[in-house]
Amino acid sequence: MHVEVRGLNKHFGDFHAVKDVNFTITKGHLIGLLGPSGGGKTSILRMLAGLETPDNGEIIFHGQTVNNLPPQERGIGFVFQNYALFKHMTVFDNIAFGLKVKKVSKTAIRDRVMELVELTGLKGFEKRYPHQLSGGQRQRVAFARALAPEPQLLLLDEPFAAIDAKIRQELRAWLRELIERVGITSIFVTHDQDEAIEVADEIMIINQGQLEQKGTPWDIYKEPKTPFVATFIGESTLIEDASEVKGFKGAGDGKPTKALIRPEYIEVGNLHEFKMASATEKGVVKHLHFRGSEWLVEVEVNGHKLVTYRSLEKETLQPGQDISVLVHRAYLFNDERSWIQENNLKEDPMPIFI
Amino acid sequence: MRKLWIGLTYLVFFLLIAAPLGKMAIGAFSEGFGGFWNALTRPEALHALMMTGLVVIVVTLLNTLFGIMMALYLVRANWINRRLKGLLNSLVDLPYAVSPVIGGLMIVLLLGPDSALGAIFEGIGLKIVYAIPGMIIATLFVTFPLMVREVMPVLQEIGSQQEEAASTLGARGWTIFWKVTWPSIRWAVVYGVILTVARSLGEFGAVLVVSGNIMNKTQTATTLVYQDVENFNVTAAGGIALVLAAFSAGLLLLMEWTKRRKEVQ
Repeated sequence: MHVEVRGLNKHFGDFHAVKDVNFTITKGHLIGLLGPSGGGKTSILRMLAGLETPDNGEIIFHGQTVNNLPPQERGIGFVFQNYALFKHMTVFDNIAFGLKVKKVSKTAIRDRVMELVELTGLKGFEKRYPHQLSGGQRQRVAFARALAPEPQLLLLDEPFAAIDAKIRQELRAWLRELIERVGITSIFVTHDQDEAIEVADEIMIINQGQLEQKGTPWDIYKEPKTPFVATFIGESTLIEDASEVKGFKGAGDGKPTKALIRPEYIEVGNLHEFKMASATEKGVVKHLHFRGSEWLVEVEVNGHKLVTYRSLEKETLQPGQDISVLVHRAYLFNDERSWIQENNLKEDPMPIFI
Repeated sequence: MRKLWIGLTYLVFFLLIAAPLGKMAIGAFSEGFGGFWNALTRPEALHALMMTGLVVIVVTLLNTLFGIMMALYLVRANWINRRLKGLLNSLVDLPYAVSPVIGGLMIVLLLGPDSALGAIFEGIGLKIVYAIPGMIIATLFVTFPLMVREVMPVLQEIGSQQEEAASTLGARGWTIFWKVTWPSIRWAVVYGVILTVARSLGEFGAVLVVSGNIMNKTQTATTLVYQDVENFNVTAAGGIALVLAAFSAGLLLLMEWTKRRKEVQ
């Protein structure tokens, strides 16, 4: 289903939960609504479902305004954060609920439910009650129940929040695959950036009721449009004055400019490991953390603490060791604009042409 | 010392509960089983028991229906202003705080033959005070919080998500209530029904004021016991009281059983 939202606003009492949000979603895409808790993501989702009424703005499905349609008539499936399974019904009856309401014939219900039970890997659990299932299984029942009446849009509110880390990984991959197979337009809410980056075709970053940026995970990572997005995605270090970082002198043409530096923008090592020694700066290793597949290195440069990674293949560093640091690029912003800038010393000042 | 306390506790229990109950039973059978039977089968006793039965049935039906609705509106309806909801919520408890006699008096003042409303009803031939409608209203007043206060916490605890899920699956109001909400609240409702039956069976003050206690017309079992005691007819009073007590004991057992079911849910 093609989804369009125009000028969406929602207040809860004095609290402006959703501020003038606009977006369109292409049919068949999987969209992640990402942002800090309390930012208005769930409110947007609930308005799309018809569970909440917008103060103003339009919600358009397939070119038709659905603002006045109740949830029953919107053709959506909704998966709640805590699943909201009907606890006095078996797995079979839970999944069959939407079909029974539609007065589908008994045999058709049976066929559809068994198909979904198979698809979600719940075979053999049809007669169990929700309290007899594990968290992951409940989650699957919630998916199957939402998918049973063949909705055109699937809305998921923090679908993995209540599941432990290991199973969450499996479920993410499973969901991604399932949604691709069914080919349904889907929107899910999450506050976990890894989850959004891993699962979504496109991410919408929501902060304080506003849509900060919409794009593919790669675009958002590569070119954050606002300082909020830059800080929210990845683990950045904020430097109050960008010109204090070597290679960024004169950044912002004299205006006070801040810099956000991601770990992967920074390279550390002994001086001989660098090709462009002139662009590096001296630093001291403060802490080393073993991260399983790499080292997380905290270095102090000019009084700023920077964080970066170092491959296990390279020579192991020691805390207190003097080291050379190269900042490849930084995300710079001031009151007027924000942009990504490369280290201007990396261009060899005296190129030798052969 | 400890033995003394245990002894004292048993003594209090005996003096407060066991002894009066025993004395009442003995009183009821002081003229043998025949006396007990005669006390029960007096025309005014049969009529009083029938009145009590009628009031209990009608009040329980009405209170169940409106109690569930009130609980639903207080918990779920977001179209009611939050302040108004708070006010309604505290008003529900009013009958707990107000003495039943005062409750009855309020009804007499509002709907009695001397009041404007009462005169209107009397004009169309419907007598409210000193008749069965008034007794039902008085008992409803007294029992109203019972159902609401049983059902509300359950509704709050289950939350609205299951109902919302049902609505996104295409179900409408009634279907959602019967298929989703009702199975969760039914044991609370059963408990509320038992409480309502017990309370309306034993209601005295409000009914006494509203009914006028007219023998063979508006007299209920409890007000008949009162009248028998006034007339020093201990055997008759004991007989009816014993029947009421037996009912209450039965309800108590039922209540225990329901409570366990409610917790299992």
